[in-house]
Amino acid sequence: MTPPIVGSTEQAVLRNFSIIAHIDHGKSTLADRMLQLTGVVEARAMRAQYLDRMDIERERGITIKSQAVRLPWVGRDGRDYVLNMIDTPGHVDFTYEVSRSLAACEGAVLLVDAAQGIEAQTLANLYLALANDMAIIPVLNKIDLPSAQPDKYAAELAHIIGCDPSDVLRVSAKTGEGVPDLLHAIVDLIPAPAGKPETEVRALIFDSVYDIYRGVVTYVRVVDGAIHARDRILMMSTGETHELLEVGVISPEPMPAAGLVAGEVGYLITGVKDVRQSKVGDTVTTVNKAATTALGGYQEPKPMVFSGLYPMDGSDYPDLRDALDRLKLNDAALVYEPESSVALGFGFRCGFLGLLHLEIVRERLSREFNLDLISTAPNVIYRVILDDEKEMIVTNPSEYPNGKVREVFEPMVKATVISPSEFIGSIMELCQSRRGSLLGMDYLSEERVEMRYELPLGEIAFDFFDALKSRTKGYASLDYEFTEEKSADLIKVDILLHGDPVDAFSAILHKDKAYNYGVAMAGKLKELIPRQQFEVPIQAAIGSRIIARESIRAIRKDVLAKCYGGDISRKRKLLEKQKEGKKRMKVVGRVEIPQEAFIAALSTNNGTEGKGTKG
Amino acid sequence: MVFTQRVPKELAGEVAPLNGALSESALASLPVADFGLYLHVPFCNVRCGYCDFNTYTSTELRGFRREDWANSIGLELDLAKRVIGDLPDIQTIFIGGGTPTLLPPGDFEKVFDNIESAFTSDIEITIEANPDTVTKESLSGYYKAGINRISFGMQSAVPSVLKVLDRTHDPKAVSQAVELAAEVGFKNISLDLIYGTPTETDNDWTESLLQALSLPINHFSAYSLIVEPGTKLHQQVKSGQVAPPDDDISANRYLIAESQALAHGFNWYEVSNWGKGGARCRHNEIYWQSGNWWGAGPGAHSHVGGIRWWNKKHPAVWAQDLASGDSPAAGREVLTPDQLMFEAVMLSLRTIGGLAVSRLENPNPLLGLAKDGLIDPKKLDQGHVVLTLEGRLLADLVLRTLMK
Repeated sequence: MTPPIVGSTEQAVLRNFSIIAHIDHGKSTLADRMLQLTGVVEARAMRAQYLDRMDIERERGITIKSQAVRLPWVGRDGRDYVLNMIDTPGHVDFTYEVSRSLAACEGAVLLVDAAQGIEAQTLANLYLALANDMAIIPVLNKIDLPSAQPDKYAAELAHIIGCDPSDVLRVSAKTGEGVPDLLHAIVDLIPAPAGKPETEVRALIFDSVYDIYRGVVTYVRVVDGAIHARDRILMMSTGETHELLEVGVISPEPMPAAGLVAGEVGYLITGVKDVRQSKVGDTVTTVNKAATTALGGYQEPKPMVFSGLYPMDGSDYPDLRDALDRLKLNDAALVYEPESSVALGFGFRCGFLGLLHLEIVRERLSREFNLDLISTAPNVIYRVILDDEKEMIVTNPSEYPNGKVREVFEPMVKATVISPSEFIGSIMELCQSRRGSLLGMDYLSEERVEMRYELPLGEIAFDFFDALKSRTKGYASLDYEFTEEKSADLIKVDILLHGDPVDAFSAILHKDKAYNYGVAMAGKLKELIPRQQFEVPIQAAIGSRIIARESIRAIRKDVLAKCYGGDISRKRKLLEKQKEGKKRMKVVGRVEIPQEAFIAALSTNNGTEGKGTKG
Repeated sequence: MVFTQRVPKELAGEVAPLNGALSESALASLPVADFGLYLHVPFCNVRCGYCDFNTYTSTELRGFRREDWANSIGLELDLAKRVIGDLPDIQTIFIGGGTPTLLPPGDFEKVFDNIESAFTSDIEITIEANPDTVTKESLSGYYKAGINRISFGMQSAVPSVLKVLDRTHDPKAVSQAVELAAEVGFKNISLDLIYGTPTETDNDWTESLLQALSLPINHFSAYSLIVEPGTKLHQQVKSGQVAPPDDDISANRYLIAESQALAHGFNWYEVSNWGKGGARCRHNEIYWQSGNWWGAGPGAHSHVGGIRWWNKKHPAVWAQDLASGDSPAAGREVLTPDQLMFEAVMLSLRTIGGLAVSRLENPNPLLGLAKDGLIDPKKLDQGHVVLTLEGRLLADLVLRTLMK
């Protein structure tokens, strides 16, 4: 019997699946082991975590971009099957991408660390999969660990999914134990695709990656019909058409093919250079035989968290712009526009899917493009209704109107926290302090609890996760999804130095938190800003009302006591360094502020949450 | 008990030539600039908690002996002669430490014998002295050897402050030593004082000044305590055992020093130095006027015509190089014209003579500095930048403003 050929695989032998797992629960290791056992990668060519391409992913042990691999597998019935493993991103900010990856599959492997149990994120993705009516194969990983408690967590999983604990497979991705059984289970338990092979083609884009040599590589699941190598394709959301340059599958290197048929998973290359022309969730059809209705579920990426990014050295501004332009090619969710700040000079207001997305972009800018950046404290998007009923969208606190505000709306999230039950009290306290309201609470097992909260995104956009981790000794996990916007009692607090407002320090806060923010920020700046030749008052203000004040006393002594023969070189070097440092100072009015002060002052939102608990 | 090996940290610079050679242009400055000698005596009986000078207690000398010092210095002066030819007129010699008075007068006589022909008739020869280690005999010996200026490390007159500084001497020893020095013939006597030591009060400082200035001295230096990395005091401050010196308190103490100095007939001529009847340390003035000097001894710094170099710090290593006929230099800097200018401004700004306005590339900030009360407006009208009392406390700020 010959294995199925790409472009003519029968749906009956196809199995499309994802792996749902939490960071560090071993998804990439399991994927590696599957590549090896199915023979697509030879053991000696095996690079740990083969599928995670980017360095940052490798270092952080998380997968940012999903990919799809075609694996041959001989089933228990002796038949040749084709398994398409669709890797999913593993973090809270990429829920939409996860949902599209899941939509491309008929089943999912729910992979849980046998020493840790299920985490909030995994649970959220599991609910997504269950809502899509997907077949779920529960699997406990890392059973080789001495700390593994497979019986306990099998019971927990069974309770959540509603299966029998004996249905939970047990594997060690590291040693390979149990993985062949899992591959058989995928064949046995996950339904074959059931598309219409003869009709107009409809393919779901579940990922889109920019490659410097090939341009955009679009990953698709063909739902109905067939795509052929020389078709002209049509993107249904935009109406744009492209010539196909190449069609193929990944196994695990790209393999060009004559086409892809209903049920198959593979990639398309059209030569476009921007992932925005090939959007995740969009439906691909052909120009010749165009489908009339797109597959459901498409959404435009929507930035939820904003931050100003400024180069430390103003002359790096063009480099920052070029770097953002480059990143954008591979990141459909990244938005930015130029802005300027009195304190920080020229930069960009950037919008992100969430905090991790922000952090990844910032890290890539510094690592891949060698840019030293100052980023302002992240804030969310506000919809402001003015007294004259005009509406204003605020993505930068310094643009928030002073007075004349009738109502303000802020984005809300539904957050899920899973934690050992001993921490319930302190989680409740934390969520309450962040204006959260408890929606519900369920015990997953005797010792573990799932808590659901509604929280303002603005309250978790800064250090919520850190605070949660420190209060729960690192055991709690968090997931959130955006729900709706809600009206709230919000105001803007400005920080003035020597009477001049410093735009980068303005913040939009709930009325009850303004005072604390003002006091904390003024106190922090007093510590961070070096003494100047004159006294510098620091004020926190709501409009024209001062709510907190501090003062930096004038410097009285700035001279090295000794300067003899052996001190001269050392002193000159020191002063030259100070002179260089002075050049890099930002000047607000007459006040010189070192960049370090900006970075430190912007590093957390308000300093009211004790940082001391962090290591 | 743990004996830690001192591993001295060297200043970063370029590699110095093995034979110590200097460029033609550097040598050309010798006949026209003032010239002095610095001799470093790297020995101490104990190291004080605040001190980061290049000093070694006897257990740290790795085989080098105090009695070898004069001989090795002689070798370095021979090297100096090979490098610069006949020594130019020597206007000043400064014997610093460490504790130079741990060495007998004969050691210095031996050193002077070989170079005396270059001494100017009014040569100033200073020795730093620990009040604990001198006797009438030794003082008389130093004086007879030709040393005509002595500087005692007094630091404070208050026992509790001396204890924080780890100083071993009894405060009374200072007045005795000064009296004895005057008795054996010294006419130029200076005291070193430190202010801003943790636990010191304004009253303690005033008391120290009053005691110092009532003695037969014509010069004193007052330094705010600096917590240098690598010292015991630094450790104590870091661990929170000792509160770090406070800048505002130090500023007040400086003002107290200035008013006591004036009340006793002393005038400032450099931010940390005051003299009576026109007395100054001429050797230090060579430093501040970017003059030439050869520094001999472990870790000593030298400057000739825009080249600065510094010796290896450990006495045993320094002596070994000299014994092999090599230069003991650890590194050097050949200053660029910009660096020379920066140093000239940096150094002259600290002195009462100040700086000629014409030396500044950009004199624009001067008006603002005068308006802020940091430089003397009358002197500015005459074309000189001279710090006011307030300006002396902010000398580095003034410098950064001028050198923007």
